[in-house]
Amino acid sequence: MSYLRKVMAIVWKDVRAELRTKDILSSMLVFAGLSVLIFQFAFDLRADNVRLVLPGVLWIAITFAGVLGLNRSFILEQDRGSLEGLLLAPVDRSAIYFGKLIGNLLFIFIVELLLLPLMTVLFNVWLLSPALILVLVLGTLGYAAVGTLFAALSINTRAREVMLPILLFPVMIPVFVAGVQAVSRLLDGDSLADIMRWVQLLVAYDAIFIAAAMLLFDYVVEE
Amino acid sequence: MIHASKLVKAFGRRPVLRGVDLDVPAGQSVALFGPNGAGKTTLIRIIAGLSKLTSGRVQLGGQDVQKAGPGLRRYVGFVSHNPLVYDSLTAEENLIFFGRMYEVPQLDARIVQVLEQVGLAGRRKDVVRTYSRGMIQRLAIARAILHDPPILLLDEPDTGLDQQAADMLRSLLVELGSSDRTVLLTTHNLERGIEWADRALILNGGRVRFDAATQELGSAEFRRIYTETVGGS
Repeated sequence: MSYLRKVMAIVWKDVRAELRTKDILSSMLVFAGLSVLIFQFAFDLRADNVRLVLPGVLWIAITFAGVLGLNRSFILEQDRGSLEGLLLAPVDRSAIYFGKLIGNLLFIFIVELLLLPLMTVLFNVWLLSPALILVLVLGTLGYAAVGTLFAALSINTRAREVMLPILLFPVMIPVFVAGVQAVSRLLDGDSLADIMRWVQLLVAYDAIFIAAAMLLFDYVVEE
Repeated sequence: MIHASKLVKAFGRRPVLRGVDLDVPAGQSVALFGPNGAGKTTLIRIIAGLSKLTSGRVQLGGQDVQKAGPGLRRYVGFVSHNPLVYDSLTAEENLIFFGRMYEVPQLDARIVQVLEQVGLAGRRKDVVRTYSRGMIQRLAIARAILHDPPILLLDEPDTGLDQQAADMLRSLLVELGSSDRTVLLTTHNLERGIEWADRALILNGGRVRFDAATQELGSAEFRRIYTETVGGS
């Protein structure tokens, strides 16, 4: 319970700071909204091809907006040296990882919550089905799990804001492939049972990378 | 309270500490001096558990820093020239957060107590980014003593402070050091350091070159010793 309370203390701190500054959410929301609008104008989206393009547009908007949030979440820790304040706390350092992960997930979910209705209206395709939301949740979990670890890794590098996507995107390929394929099939009318192998891939990816990140986080933040 | 033996720390092939031995009994305050690159910050970060040793051993209250679990970090309050607080939170929110991380009992009452101690009770609801450098440093001290640690590590706590803020910091440290608390601090200000501490150490080239009680030292004499010890470093 003590471990969980400390994880939640980190989440509380991140949410509290974000409610005051709106640093992370505002940049993520504006970026996600703008990228969807640009895709809307850039592609010739007729009823017959919108289902081909839409899954990619959705995941690109989430991924790029997510990188902004992941980067900011650790840069804010680094600027006043407050990450060291966290490292000094009498708690297993995996609690810091989980606290940051939950905070990042929360912010990305908020972006998705606004993105789905926006895309439903812009592209005239119903995106609010439970199966599609499940795929998004699983994909986002894997993305945030790896992204949180790599954001912690990249803050001590010189080109930290550039470094994160360079490290992160190659590792994220299985999530993008599974996410795009699953959303695409769902938009074509397949059921959750039909896309189960993609869902299983996402679940396996999430489990492996959360476990790996939990074990590696201490080494990532140590001097 | 702090026992370090044969401490060696190298960054890559560059050794920073080359076999430091240090014993600080409970209740003693020690000022650590030395030129830039002498290894003061590295030593203090190793004792705080923020940096890993290359070889050697550090014990706090008889427990090995490298082997003990995270619970040992409760022994230490750490203040550096970085305040380790969050700009976008208020002083009170910062202390609520760190109090939860350290599981401080009766947290609300303790927060009021430490904020009064550092003279920030009237500004506790203000966001930290509106604070002056001296106020932020006082908040950093409040954060460090919130869980009432037996050891206080201060890495150049007076950096960037004007004379008035440094005087306030001095009276605060005298008050904190008057209890059974063990204090290890680094500073570049020789006069201030020997005034604050019971014992002075000079670290140079990764080794302790001088170690004496401050009551035996005058300010001018210590300056001479320091210059001789450090030489052209």
